[in-house]
Amino acid sequence: MSDRFDVIIAGGGYIGMTLACALRDADESIAVAVIDPRPMDSALRDGRASAIAAAARRMYVHLGVWPEMEPAAQAINEMIVTDSRLGDSLRPVYLTFAGAIRDGEPFAHMVPNGIMVKALARRAADLGVAILPPAAVSDFKVEPGEVKAQLSTGQSLSCRLLVAADGVKSRLRALAGIRTVDWDYGQSGIVTTVRHERPHDGRAEEHFLPAGPFAILPLADDAEGRHRSSLVWTERTKTAEKIISFDDFTFRLELERRFGHHLGDLEVAGPRNAYPLGLKLARDWVKPRFALAGDAAHGIHPIAGQGLNLGLRDVAALAQVLVEARRLGLDIGALDVLERYQTWRRFDAFEMGVVTDTLNRLFSNDFTPLRALRDLGLGIVDRLPSLKQRFIGEAAGSGGGLPRLLRGEAI
Amino acid sequence: MSNVNDATRSTVDDAEIRRFSAMADEWWSTTGKFRPLHKFNPTRIAYVKSQLCQHFGRDERSSSALDGLTILDIGCGGGLLSEPLARLGASVTGADASATNIEVARLHAASSGLTIDYRATTAEAIADSGQTFDVVLAMEIIEHVSDIDLFIRECARMVRPGGLLLVATLNRTPKSFALAIVGAEYILRWLPVGTHSWHKFVKPSELIDALEAGGLNVLDQTGVSFNPLLDRWSLNPRDLDVNYMVLAGRVD
Repeated sequence: MSDRFDVIIAGGGYIGMTLACALRDADESIAVAVIDPRPMDSALRDGRASAIAAAARRMYVHLGVWPEMEPAAQAINEMIVTDSRLGDSLRPVYLTFAGAIRDGEPFAHMVPNGIMVKALARRAADLGVAILPPAAVSDFKVEPGEVKAQLSTGQSLSCRLLVAADGVKSRLRALAGIRTVDWDYGQSGIVTTVRHERPHDGRAEEHFLPAGPFAILPLADDAEGRHRSSLVWTERTKTAEKIISFDDFTFRLELERRFGHHLGDLEVAGPRNAYPLGLKLARDWVKPRFALAGDAAHGIHPIAGQGLNLGLRDVAALAQVLVEARRLGLDIGALDVLERYQTWRRFDAFEMGVVTDTLNRLFSNDFTPLRALRDLGLGIVDRLPSLKQRFIGEAAGSGGGLPRLLRGEAI
Repeated sequence: MSNVNDATRSTVDDAEIRRFSAMADEWWSTTGKFRPLHKFNPTRIAYVKSQLCQHFGRDERSSSALDGLTILDIGCGGGLLSEPLARLGASVTGADASATNIEVARLHAASSGLTIDYRATTAEAIADSGQTFDVVLAMEIIEHVSDIDLFIRECARMVRPGGLLLVATLNRTPKSFALAIVGAEYILRWLPVGTHSWHKFVKPSELIDALEAGGLNVLDQTGVSFNPLLDRWSLNPRDLDVNYMVLAGRVD
């Protein structure tokens, strides 16, 4: 196998794989490689699921990966938001987002991460992306005309551009000397899957509990036709650690106190994991021959379910900038080319970081006057159709300045 | 880059290579002295590519659209235009009267992995050799030459039948004095003072006369204007008052 590429993507998750597919789909003369220290099949064991916004789904349709994801995808037809305390028997609904953003197009779909990555990896291989044997990029050096990447296996590769899609704790970001702005919320998100007796009818729920948001996200029925939902349950980190170490019975009791009984009997159907939540924004997104994408550039609070879609917007923008530069014969690793991407994306990610941060601060507490105020705010949003449409539009990722792929068009 | 050294060792010593490579860094730094040219570059390349694709029937979306076309880039400098065209598949000859520029351009092309025929020579010398090209480019050069009619005639001789000559330059208008001399050199400091002398700028009518005298037909002309609010250059066919380009062809 050749050791020279145009683009090497460090990180074989959905951000890295989507970028690889987007580049090759637009220009089959771009030599693209993906490298990840984890073996490909470890991604398949990721028990989490993600909300794919309508715009991101359009990109996946264009890239030809949606048909493989669709059977496992659950449309979110409705979303309700409540502000409640534990043990509230009645949860007043302040905000409902119903239905489609366009005819027949739900604003989001829940897709299991494992299935998403598998579909992307298969498509990437079909498109001629070199998926390299598992290895970490242990160091890299920017030289005139290229980057030399040193692998943990001792091998060395070269490319015109190195993209770090290696997650919120990005090792390459640190190697590049890019600093971040960090905020630890002291919260963790407990993630698990539950089975429930009654169907969810494609309804997503977000309950703002005093410890933080508790989200119930509808999943497609399992192979036996049992109804399932994915949970993101926020607690103080200490509490979260305690909760995931409970025995099954106690865990279920704690779960039911928050989940409620509207979907009938509950059963925990997957491993429980707790992920610490923080806000982390990279100060720079690009350096000569180097770019960050996805969580490597911005780890945000999952309160609005925007992390993945923000990352997919990075991917669509970066792919478009690189392909357009290549069509002009420009050096795709040149700083002025990469700065177009940074200018396009950095403010959006910063803004989303601030919005989710504010929402979380506003809602993760039990201070009565603030509760009254935020409920008034939610109530007003619910009564103003135009504002609500903008919220849905944002949640569905169809805000302004959309890259072509997110409009479902070729680059 | 060992191959760079190998290619140049015979004629240039190591200290010289370091000096040239520092100059290459300067030519190619998008934040340094040549930043204005880097900003301007994508706009003029987009125009060159689109006109060439239309004329030679190529696919504009392809990243190898110029495959096999022979292009002469007169006044190529550090290779800011030659390299992208070579990357798009063209066989590029870059000519510059400055041997230093040519050495810098060679060094950079080698590190980019591109093969470009760089020559420290003049348009007249190539024309005298009888060599012809599919496309001859004289970009931002005629405002620096002493006899425009003669220079254009030499350029035109190198255009093969069915080929193109593209000239980019600055118009001689009060607006170009305000923008290109006072604005770019004295106020914005984009260019060193004295880079251009306004009286040598060329009116489109003078350029067109010279092209036609050289046996070419004018096919297209467009202005290139800068939007300071967007910090961006764009093509503007209605405003040839400052920067503009004229495309001419030789009939088969």
